[in-house]
Amino acid sequence: MSSFVQSEFFHNYTRSTSAILGSALMVGFVLAVTAGPFLVSQNPYDIAGLNLMDSYKPPFWMDGGDARFLLGTDGQGRDVWASILYGARISLFIGLVAMVASCVIGTFLGLVAGFYGGIIDSVIMRIADIQLSFPSILIALFLMSAVGTGVDKVLIALTAVGWVVYARTVRGTTLSEIKKEYVQAAKVAGLPNAKIIRKHVLPNVMTPLIVIATIQVGTFVLIEASLSFLGVGVPITQPSLGLLIKNGFDVLFSGLWWTSVFPGLAIMALVFGINLFGDFLRDELNPRLK
Amino acid sequence: MFGYLIKRLIQMLLVLWVVSLVVFLMMSFTGDPVFMIVPIDATEDQIAQARRILGLDQSLPVQYWIFITSLLQGDFGQSYVFRQPALSLIVERMPATVEMVLVAMLIAVVVAIPLGVYAGANPKGRLSRIIMAGSLMGVSLPGFWVGMVLIYFFAVYLGWFPSSGRGETGEVLGVRTSLVTANGWHHIILPAVTLSLATMAILLRMTRAGMMEVARQDYMKFARAKGATRQDVLYKHGLKNALIPVVTIFGLQLGDLIAFATITETIFSWPGMGKLLIDSIYRADRPVIVVYLMLVALIFVVINFLVDLVYTLIDPRITLK
Repeated sequence: MSSFVQSEFFHNYTRSTSAILGSALMVGFVLAVTAGPFLVSQNPYDIAGLNLMDSYKPPFWMDGGDARFLLGTDGQGRDVWASILYGARISLFIGLVAMVASCVIGTFLGLVAGFYGGIIDSVIMRIADIQLSFPSILIALFLMSAVGTGVDKVLIALTAVGWVVYARTVRGTTLSEIKKEYVQAAKVAGLPNAKIIRKHVLPNVMTPLIVIATIQVGTFVLIEASLSFLGVGVPITQPSLGLLIKNGFDVLFSGLWWTSVFPGLAIMALVFGINLFGDFLRDELNPRLK
Repeated sequence: MFGYLIKRLIQMLLVLWVVSLVVFLMMSFTGDPVFMIVPIDATEDQIAQARRILGLDQSLPVQYWIFITSLLQGDFGQSYVFRQPALSLIVERMPATVEMVLVAMLIAVVVAIPLGVYAGANPKGRLSRIIMAGSLMGVSLPGFWVGMVLIYFFAVYLGWFPSSGRGETGEVLGVRTSLVTANGWHHIILPAVTLSLATMAILLRMTRAGMMEVARQDYMKFARAKGATRQDVLYKHGLKNALIPVVTIFGLQLGDLIAFATITETIFSWPGMGKLLIDSIYRADRPVIVVYLMLVALIFVVINFLVDLVYTLIDPRITLK
């Protein structure tokens, strides 16, 4: 621990306002999401706890506001702040799980492509090329339109979109790693390929993935929100932040802005935090810039 | 050069073929389009007959063969909802999307390039930091939410702009566009600004990175050694080279703008082909979805090809192989 505190990385971190702000936003978001149910008195999914008399209350500082509902309520009398805390769980869960799945699958394919080369490499990389020539949001939209709504389906669609960037990066680093002597030595020593890949190549290709993985959580949260906003993401029983915005959009023209504006600010806080911290990581982990 | 063109052409056809295969397979495994065609109280016989007419009683390979040969013959199928050829439905709505994408691109370039150049030339300045924070904000915001906030503020609250629709259109060279009427421009500003934000942020960051990269090159030091001022060197020697990568991104962003136009059009009820896609997804109007995807795939493949060509024109160090 003390070696970490004395490290250059930690030193630069304490001197970077954006890195501190970014990680503070991320940590704050995660804490709020974890502690969510304890922070609010109302469970927005529990119909019995809702009262239609409380519907469309504005935020507490406006005329007609109610101190019980800090950010106002929606059409069912649901507390917007509580909905955000519960919805952010779904958004963050989807972003994290899809990131891990993409990372595992993409890293595996990239290692295999780089290590074995030949036809396996060509096939994997051609698929990646074709996929990269289309915007992720369009591919995800198409997949969702084919399979229908659902948290599991959003995860599949995001993973199908997200593996490519890992596969490409890992393949590139693998190609340069396997030429190095330590891999050659392991081969000469007669280690099986699977073991060489796992024990020797894998640890050396991981560093660039940290930045990609960090930024990708933010990207996934945004894509999921867009899909849900279009009505092809999560089902209404599991409203993520994107779906909350969609529901709010339907009443926006009546001037009821708070049901959609606040969930958007929540997304922004998370993704902005992730991007700030991701930018810092990129600069720190990129030896070329030092 | 000629050999390269042939090779690229074959590659492009290959990509389109793969896309057609993927689109076909995904569509075949999901849902049964027969129920889009027959009335609710249809008998078994009627359903079987509809199935025969649609060719759904054939095996998958045969279905794919029919699908791909009719595509090649220019038969893109009928929309289940509109009972019109799917292709003409999309082509009708294309000018609306294209004009919005172009205006968004214009806004992005006009704002991003000068700010990016400034931030790259003065990386430590206070204003540069604000610009960069703003651009990071631009990629962190959900585009549809920004559109919504703009609608609320400028359309509902201030009433300066209309909240939806395309407004009046005029005809130029046989294409109906809203870019020739004042009312049309009045309608296009909000959606185009919404659409442009993400691209603006990315172009800005690319321009800045390019400027910072060229500042480190030897020819810049040489020009400085000759006695040229820093500003002169940056803007006369640096800028041209800094913008090379921006051109590539420009092309790729065009593709992204077309994709994100689906969302922007949905928020602003803009009658373009993106909104048609979303509506068709809701209505399970399979032929329209298929044609949209094939058409957009074609557009993307062509854009990527053009970007590669332009790249070799502006950067003589790169040769086509």
